[in-house]
Amino acid sequence: MERIPILRMGGFLLVTIQVDMHDRLVTTLQDELTTMIAQTGAHGVLIDISSLDMVDSFIGRMIGDIAGMSRVLDAETVVVGMRPAVAITLVELGLSLAGVRTALDVEKGMGLLRAATRRRLAEADDGGVER
Amino acid sequence: MVVSKDEIMEIRASDHVVLVRQAVRKWSTELGFGLVDQTKIITAASELARNTLDYGGGGTVRLEAVESGGRRGLRLIFEDQGPGIVDLEKALTDGYTTGKGMGMGLSGSKRLVNEFDIVSRVGEGTRVTITRWK
Repeated sequence: MERIPILRMGGFLLVTIQVDMHDRLVTTLQDELTTMIAQTGAHGVLIDISSLDMVDSFIGRMIGDIAGMSRVLDAETVVVGMRPAVAITLVELGLSLAGVRTALDVEKGMGLLRAATRRRLAEADDGGVER
Repeated sequence: MVVSKDEIMEIRASDHVVLVRQAVRKWSTELGFGLVDQTKIITAASELARNTLDYGGGGTVRLEAVESGGRRGLRLIFEDQGPGIVDLEKALTDGYTTGKGMGMGLSGSKRLVNEFDIVSRVGEGTRVTITRWK
């Protein structure tokens, strides 16, 4: 079966979407990604959509759902590489991807995830001092 | 309006939605659409093809390269023989859905094209026609 690879990099998961996704593939990715977050205890998910030449409401909803599910599993999601034409179309379509963090490219996205991890560690330290 | 080229495609499975997107991409490139215009008509086509499949129980799309008053455009006609839409006005409202989607398909794709027309008869089916001019 066709699937989208999920790479593990340190405490983060990396997904690069490079195919024109049919709906079943989108659902499979959602299932596999949430399973992998739970298995690995990853604190960050980076989804690279720079190869996608369109994001319709189905794919948009999948991205929003993944971000929401990750949050519940204690992981942060960052979507990177959205093409300008895709961004224009998405907003006109009526989707704003509210609640989804975005960055222009993979490097900036990784930066966001690392900063979030540092904050998390700092908060854990603070908790230790209070005790 | 002159139709210079046309093709009918089946929409019976989720893979067909991908094929429709690819065909619309090819046609809009051939017609010389800019990148944003291409993205808009491909996205609208994806929404409507999925509607045809999910709500209409499958159907067809007819692609037409059209010309009118010196302008060139792409017209897409989605047709199904499904249950039809009971309340068209509601169906065209942002966020309204009878299915599991977000309710942005019809209202959203209307915003992505220059011309939008929908005819639906309960028990007979639905036809959505969209046109994007270059």
